[in-house]
Amino acid sequence: MFSNMIIGRYMPGDSWIHRLDARTKLVLSIAFIFVIFFANNVIGYAFATVFTLLAIMLTGLGVGVFIRGVKPLILLMLITTLFQLFFVQTGDVLIHWWFIKITTDGVINSIVVFVRFMLIIMFSTILTLTTQPLAVADGMESLLKPFKKIGLPVSELALMLSIALRFVPTLMDEAQSIMNAQRARGVRFNEGSLMTRIKSFVPLLIPLFVNAIKRAIELGDAMEARGYRGGDQRTKYRVLTWHRQDTVAIIGFIIFTVVLIATRWMM
Amino acid sequence: MTPIISLSHVDYAYPNSDVLALHDLSLTINQGEWVAIIGHNGSGKSTFAKLLNYLLAPTKGEIKINDVVANEENMWTIRDMVGMVFQNPDNQFVGATVADDVAFGMENRSVPREEMMKRVDDALTEVQMMPFADREPARLSGGQKQRVAIASVLALQPKILILDEATAMLDPKGRREMIALVRDLKARMGDDLTVISITHDIDEAASAERVMVINDGELIETGLPSEIFANADQLRRFGLAVPFAEQLKEKLRQRGITVPDEYLTTEGLVTWLWQSISTK
Repeated sequence: MFSNMIIGRYMPGDSWIHRLDARTKLVLSIAFIFVIFFANNVIGYAFATVFTLLAIMLTGLGVGVFIRGVKPLILLMLITTLFQLFFVQTGDVLIHWWFIKITTDGVINSIVVFVRFMLIIMFSTILTLTTQPLAVADGMESLLKPFKKIGLPVSELALMLSIALRFVPTLMDEAQSIMNAQRARGVRFNEGSLMTRIKSFVPLLIPLFVNAIKRAIELGDAMEARGYRGGDQRTKYRVLTWHRQDTVAIIGFIIFTVVLIATRWMM
Repeated sequence: MTPIISLSHVDYAYPNSDVLALHDLSLTINQGEWVAIIGHNGSGKSTFAKLLNYLLAPTKGEIKINDVVANEENMWTIRDMVGMVFQNPDNQFVGATVADDVAFGMENRSVPREEMMKRVDDALTEVQMMPFADREPARLSGGQKQRVAIASVLALQPKILILDEATAMLDPKGRREMIALVRDLKARMGDDLTVISITHDIDEAASAERVMVINDGELIETGLPSEIFANADQLRRFGLAVPFAEQLKEKLRQRGITVPDEYLTTEGLVTWLWQSISTK
């Protein structure tokens, strides 16, 4: 049940994108969300799509993986698109039936939202597919460092994040074995009405929570036994190194942004 | 022989509990010794382990580790000297990869990075886990995770290694490997490493130089493994397992066969049986 999720999953590889620093990928993925709004016509979106596809090619993972990655979100995307379609009331009326009114602006807007959504998801998927979760956590810690001055416990947050990530497979395994144990006692997880299904998850969640708390207590002991006491005096085993290719990626992205802005006047 | 751990009249009661988990415990462990602490579930043996690392503070009495009194003020000094490996392999794996986990304790102690890299390599080589340095814990067996836990402790160069039921959740193979590893370490490091194993496992306890029996929070008996294990009646009284060889000896005795009084391992008993048959 947990095996076909692509979102948030890391796929090992040794492509140019894989080797980029986590900080570069983080900053660029976030920047992309804003930069995409510069596009305001077909040329702009076509250009952004080509750029995204190019980045996908560079990961060496194949477009198929990314399409599978978008799949679970398709419903969300469609709902947003339909909202645009039904609620934008300006422009020429195409269909007017009962209370439904679809206009040209509505159609255009919904296409724009769909494409934008798609591109943002694909671009963020590049980050998660090609970067180890731990590297993402390290990258965040490093990027958030300036906020230490205003009292944000950056190192603690990063450690929390990396421990949480480290325990994801452990807890999934545990969920699986609790499910098996409950199945052996006759619980059916995928049958009955929605309500029964939701109810059948209660005997899964309670032991899972209880065990997670037990684990947390033991982990706390183990961490203290190994001398953990928080604070900033800790040294770091893992260091992020900035390479030339990171500079190249940033420059490439800046060029993309400039060209994208230029496309605004092309039509 | 210099004492490295000494307890005098130590009491411990868990918060909100009237029952003493440990009562009037006084004992001394010498530097370089390997001591096994045995006792049934709830006998207080794990509480004892946690007291040694100041994870718990004694309610009464005094604990000294290498002449340092265990208290709030000295707790980090104590933890530098005492390394602990716990029962559940998953719940003590802090790092996202093997190397990160070994580095965790050193990060806490602000060890410079170059030094850390070297010590991570050394510690992992010591436990034969070097090829797994970049693995995530999810892809390791229980035994491998426990070996990493030992490496994490070794990287901190402690004087005392406490194994708090560290083999309890492992399969027989993992258990044997762990015991062999500790035996190797002990052989190599000699008096520089004191080992305390809190255990149910007879083989693990039999590897120790001295066995202490704890029952209902009190130290009942201390002796050589051979002395402790030879006394089957007493072991049963304290809810402990009797080694197979001892059970067999008892049965043989019931049939009127004279067996040696001293403790024999399973292999030792087999040898004795062969010899007694061929000399008949």
